[in-house]
Amino acid sequence: MGVEQANSEAGDQLIAAQIARFRDVPGGLLPLLHAVQASLGFIPATAVPAIAGALGLSRAEVHGVISFYHDFRTAPAGRHVLQLCRAEACQAMGGRALEAHARARLGIDYGGTSSDGAVTLEAVYCLGNCACSPSVRLDDAIHARVDNARLDELLAELGVGAGE
Amino acid sequence: MSLRLFLPRDTTALALGADAVAIALQRAAAERDLPLQLVRNGSRGLFWLEPLLEAEHAGRRIAFGPVTVAAVPSLLEALAGDPGAHPLCLGATAELPYLQSQQRVSFARAGLGDPLCLDSYRSQQGFVGLQRALHLAPRDIVSAVTESGLRGRGGAAFPAGIKWQTVLDTPGEQKYIVCNADEGDSGTFADRLLMEADPYQLLEGMIIAGLAVGATQGYIYLRSEYPRAAEILAQAIARARAEHYLGDDIRGSGRAFELHLRSGAGAYICGEETALLESLEGRRGTVRAKPPLPAVHGLFGRPTVVNNVLTLAAVTTIMEKGAAFYRDLGTGRSRGTLAVQLAGNIRRGGLVELAFGATLRTLVEDYGGGTRSGRPVRAIQVGGPLGAYLPKSQWDTPLDYEAFAAIGAMLGHGGVVVFDDSVDMAQQARFAMEFCAAESCGKCTPCRIGSVRGVEVLDRVIARQDTARQIDLLRDLCGTMEAGSLCAMGGLTPYPVRSALDHFAEDFS
Ligand SMILES: Cc1cc2nc3c(=O)[nH]c(=O)nc-3n(C[C@H](O)[C@H](O)[C@H](O)COP(=O)(O)O)c2cc1C
Ligand code: SF4
Repeated sequence: MGVEQANSEAGDQLIAAQIARFRDVPGGLLPLLHAVQASLGFIPATAVPAIAGALGLSRAEVHGVISFYHDFRTAPAGRHVLQLCRAEACQAMGGRALEAHARARLGIDYGGTSSDGAVTLEAVYCLGNCACSPSVRLDDAIHARVDNARLDELLAELGVGAGE
Repeated sequence: MSLRLFLPRDTTALALGADAVAIALQRAAAERDLPLQLVRNGSRGLFWLEPLLEAEHAGRRIAFGPVTVAAVPSLLEALAGDPGAHPLCLGATAELPYLQSQQRVSFARAGLGDPLCLDSYRSQQGFVGLQRALHLAPRDIVSAVTESGLRGRGGAAFPAGIKWQTVLDTPGEQKYIVCNADEGDSGTFADRLLMEADPYQLLEGMIIAGLAVGATQGYIYLRSEYPRAAEILAQAIARARAEHYLGDDIRGSGRAFELHLRSGAGAYICGEETALLESLEGRRGTVRAKPPLPAVHGLFGRPTVVNNVLTLAAVTTIMEKGAAFYRDLGTGRSRGTLAVQLAGNIRRGGLVELAFGATLRTLVEDYGGGTRSGRPVRAIQVGGPLGAYLPKSQWDTPLDYEAFAAIGAMLGHGGVVVFDDSVDMAQQARFAMEFCAAESCGKCTPCRIGSVRGVEVLDRVIARQDTARQIDLLRDLCGTMEAGSLCAMGGLTPYPVRSALDHFAEDFS
């Protein structure tokens, strides 16, 4: 689902439906934010006052929660999200070089989206795959023992061109 | 007769291509008109061999690995004749030395069957502990846990029985059991393996905890980096509810326990128990000052047990086999088994469950087989990002909470990350500070700002600018962080930094 829709009535309706689902769940703000992001791809600014109103919170509180957690994003991501593990077990197997390769290859830093809109690059600290590092997560799939060539292969499978 | 095969659907197995192998097996079997029963089990934790295929053959399970799609046709041929002749054949799984020499207690069932099959769980002693607990008075369950000597496996090693006793003794209409499944430490995957391979064990442990302290609601706080575990747990909860292990009348006992699965949102600090509770309540994951303890004033202000996945899982064994069985394993004040996770630059990475007391060297050399790169091991970080880097002179330290504390290190959650001689320890020290800066909850200045200063100081050290003075500054900063931080995030970040300075000084000059 894309940007326009999120700004549209359909997006607002989706947000309202998720609010209805979680407003009476104890401590329901995180599940609610996850659900909004799962259905729209991000948490649009328009969701904040609606959520705050329904949960009896201030906008600042809702915004504070969204900004605290690395998972929540307030703008749409690329068509795919590539997370590179930056933590020690991956460093021990060449994770730093893989990070450098990915950034150069996509021409972006963490938080950025490739110019063709295909991939958003994110840092992650541990994917729990530490016996077979370095690890990356592409959308919901985790890949093990990823070297530069394997990363290029994964990107090629997404149709990301061979370097810009 | 149909062919019965087992191929894990565990995160690491999948990350190494298990699904493609499964598809190839199904296709090849269909082409040969071979009736195939393919069980997608959990992993045995021998991750370097994944995808590890097992076949039932002459009453035993024979292992093959690591299996590739290309090997599938020849594997099916070998299975029809002499499996041992196949180049990927490893022999009987149960006799693999890596597995056979372990003391699998909490991980005894891991990889044996379909993790979601309740019949399979029940046929392997599953729910025996729960059945016992249903006939015990709460104080007797708590005493058994106390007598077992079980200490929290999440890192702080606090005696579980004492925590449970506090919750039991604190009056409250509503109490909670919270499972800490945030497993944020790099180099750890034991919680994940258990949840993916044997989820009912965790559920059973949580239900027993509920019976012990009088809690009727439980939450599993699972990190969002574990999508596969989330899927499995959600299904396990639904099936357990359908068969009345959860709900308002557990197996006709009249006792109630309900379980909720919650997802974290990518914040390391939410593994700290009070930040975790804040997060469960729908707020920023900032650390609360203690006291009040969560046991007294926990989730939604109610008495709450917060325990790690492995702590809760161990309780099922204590109930099933008795406190003495558990207490008789281990050494000193570290009782029971430790799930060691061999990670990083290691040839045979995976899970090794042993009674406390084996040395780090045994783990890394005998089990791990040294580095995957083939170069000499130089440093081993134990206990996650807040754990010390240990030089060769310390590898004979037994895996025991007190022995590690005595050398200024910690066992933590049992993660062992191996580095070869290409590691630059100044970079590792810098990363420790960088990680603290990225993941600090922001409450304490020494942690929030000190870590940023730490990165800057280390950048100057790495650039060899005024090195001696910068190192003095860094040590000073470590002292300030240690003394002025509310929790172990700021308080223990000095461990990796100082151990790098102390034992690998040549990388700083
Ligand atoms: C920064 C920080 C991160 C932590 N992360 C985890 C974690 O991921 N999993 C965990 O079980 N405990 C973690 N802990 C320890 C918890 O605060 C707490 O001690 C534990 O959940 C209690 O359960 P246990 O007694 O069964 O270990 C962390 C502590 C700190 C200070
Ligand atoms: S030490 Fe760091 S993470 Fe812990 S409470 Fe203080 S600021 Fe938060």
